[in-house]
Amino acid sequence: MSLRIVVCVKYVPDATGDRHFADDLTLDREDVDGLLSELDEYAVEQALQIADEADDAEVTVLTVGPEDAKDALRKALSMGADKAVHVEDDDLHGTDAVGTSLVLARAVEKTGYDLVISGMASTDGAMGVVPALLAERLGVAQVTLLSEVAVEGGVVTGRRDGDTASERVEASLPAVVSVTDQSGEARYPSFKGIMAAKKKPVVSLDLGDLGLDAGEVGLGGAWTVVDSAVQRPARTAGTIVKDEGEGGKRLAEFLAGQKFI
Amino acid sequence: MAEVLVFVDHVDGAVRKPTLELLTLARRIGDPVAVVLGGGAGVAAGVLAEHGAVRVLAADAPEFAEFLVVPKVDALQAAVEVVSPVAVLLPSSAENKEIAARLAVRIGSGIITDATDLEAGEEGVVATQSAFAASFTTKSRVSRGAAVVTVKPNSAPVEAAPAAGVVEELVVVFSALARGTKVLSRTPRESTGRPELTEAAIVVSGGRGVNGADNFRVIEALADSLGAAVGASRAAVDAGWYPHTNQVGQTGKSVSPQLYIASGISGAIQHRAGMQTSKTIVAINKDAEAPIFDLVDYGVVGDLFNVVPQLTDEVTARKN
Ligand SMILES: Cc1cc2nc3c(=O)[nH]c(=O)nc-3n(C[C@H](O)[C@H](O)[C@H](O)COP(=O)(O)OP(=O)(O)OC[C@H]3O[C@@H](n4cnc5c(N)ncnc54)[C@H](O)[C@@H]3O)c2cc1C
Ligand SMILES: Cc1cc2nc3c(=O)[nH]c(=O)nc-3n(C[C@H](O)[C@H](O)[C@H](O)COP(=O)(O)OP(=O)(O)OC[C@H]3O[C@@H](n4cnc5c(N)ncnc54)[C@H](O)[C@@H]3O)c2cc1C
Repeated sequence: MSLRIVVCVKYVPDATGDRHFADDLTLDREDVDGLLSELDEYAVEQALQIADEADDAEVTVLTVGPEDAKDALRKALSMGADKAVHVEDDDLHGTDAVGTSLVLARAVEKTGYDLVISGMASTDGAMGVVPALLAERLGVAQVTLLSEVAVEGGVVTGRRDGDTASERVEASLPAVVSVTDQSGEARYPSFKGIMAAKKKPVVSLDLGDLGLDAGEVGLGGAWTVVDSAVQRPARTAGTIVKDEGEGGKRLAEFLAGQKFI
Repeated sequence: MAEVLVFVDHVDGAVRKPTLELLTLARRIGDPVAVVLGGGAGVAAGVLAEHGAVRVLAADAPEFAEFLVVPKVDALQAAVEVVSPVAVLLPSSAENKEIAARLAVRIGSGIITDATDLEAGEEGVVATQSAFAASFTTKSRVSRGAAVVTVKPNSAPVEAAPAAGVVEELVVVFSALARGTKVLSRTPRESTGRPELTEAAIVVSGGRGVNGADNFRVIEALADSLGAAVGASRAAVDAGWYPHTNQVGQTGKSVSPQLYIASGISGAIQHRAGMQTSKTIVAINKDAEAPIFDLVDYGVVGDLFNVVPQLTDEVTARKN
């Protein structure tokens, strides 16, 4: 029996670039290069490992994003995923987290799945909520924030390292899993992988294909509103001293002056 | 006055500080109604009442500990039905964000995560957030339903404001998925006796420059002299020198203490994402060009193995 794995991957602005907001207070995508969110590479990696362990499995990567988001899909395909689904529609511009989860849920259902794997958080919005939202939408178990994951006999197990405890958790498929960057280094695409990716299918879907109305998504359909976004003033240049034997003492002076000691 | 649900983080009734901060913020919006799940509600009720809870809704069931996330969502949904709040506030943590998310979809509300401030606005609760590794400050609100907001620790002072805090039983009917994800075992973290990283007023962190697990004693000694929590960069964690729970940054903890001291940390964007909102930043690094120096209030260019022990001795001497 084939194991159908869908990996949710997000196309994000490069965090090392100068990220900012556009006039409508959505993400400005014009001036910054986009890429596959680094944390989603861990999700692709775990999907590929789970697929390798299974007798018969298919890994589909899925993104909701603008046209350029195909780059993120290509990267995931070159790592070894089998096929890709791209949800793109001008009306998606400005979609919030609950809206994104609605679109992802419809696309996942349309694709068919036993297991959905996500990253722990995007590197732009960084909310860390989409996997839980998606599980709620799909009405399946969530097995999230895993640093170890395995699938056997229709059951997913994993280790979840929380603030106060480390837990072993399990759920029956279908389920939504999210993995952390502790789950294991993601592989680099090989030359062969990059060449093969060019021939792999990328299916494009729009809102109509998913049975969704423009009013349910985008800026207009969002359940949250951003009223303002202000760049923080650069921190005023601090005092920098070179240690010439008294660096620790001078630092203590500073801390005492600030009433920390 | 409108009621505001506050989800209580506690260990056997010992309420954690971020929840008390949340009560301060909740009072700006309405009357706080605390929700306590699991054992210890009686113990928690006292301190919650001292900090402004007009009511305490309590539910206890094994499901809360034995299964992941959903039972708590079921309970909060039940609380929303009892109270009809204008907002539901949770202390930001990985699990609480997931609880908030599922609740938001169920009750048809927008969700805002990692707020650093809250105020009552004309069109509802306004939340302040920081974006893009804290390089922007945004103000947002939900346009549908009760505002579901998670708030970062250290976002407000803890203030006493005595209120009735009447304890009432919350009846929870678990949903079909409540037992969907089973917790097979749980290994609690050993307490180090140091303050909780996200709640600490002072954080002392070490990075790759610390160069070894044993050397982290130098960082710990400084932390102990200041009564601080210990943090680490991902490089130090990946090298196995310090536990992942102490990692500060994008994929670790996000901290905003009064004072952050970084030693042997270069200041990569992913590290900055977790500490840039600290009030006062100090760095010790032997490379004068390290990007961390762009952020600091005070920086020492030097070898941490000379500077940190000297600082520790000086702090200890001044305290005695
Ligand atoms: C700075 C900033 C702040 C924001 N604040 C809010 C807010 O407070 N409330 C709100 O409702 N929205 C907010 N948004 C919008 C929100 O980030 C997007 O709707 C986003 O698509 C979902 O949230 P996330 O990126 O934080 O994802 P996370 O919840 O952090 O993502 C977790 C995982 O979900 C998957 N995933 C997420 N998005 C996609 C996608 N488009 N395609 C495929 N997989 C995906 C990935 O596997 C990812 O690793 C904000 C956006 C930005 C840029
Ligand atoms: C998706 C993703 C998520 C990430 N999440 C995080 C995160 O959550 N947290 C995090 O920290 N990083 C994170 N990183 C990693 C981040 O990019 C950096 O690699 C990391 O922060 C570097 O750690 P460092 O500063 O300790 O090491 P380095 O960058 O190697 O810096 C070490 C510094 O120590 C100095 N030094 C060396 N010896 C001494 C000495 N004797 N005395 C004084 N100074 C000395 C050096 O001059 C140097 O500046 C993430 C990366 C990715 C891709």
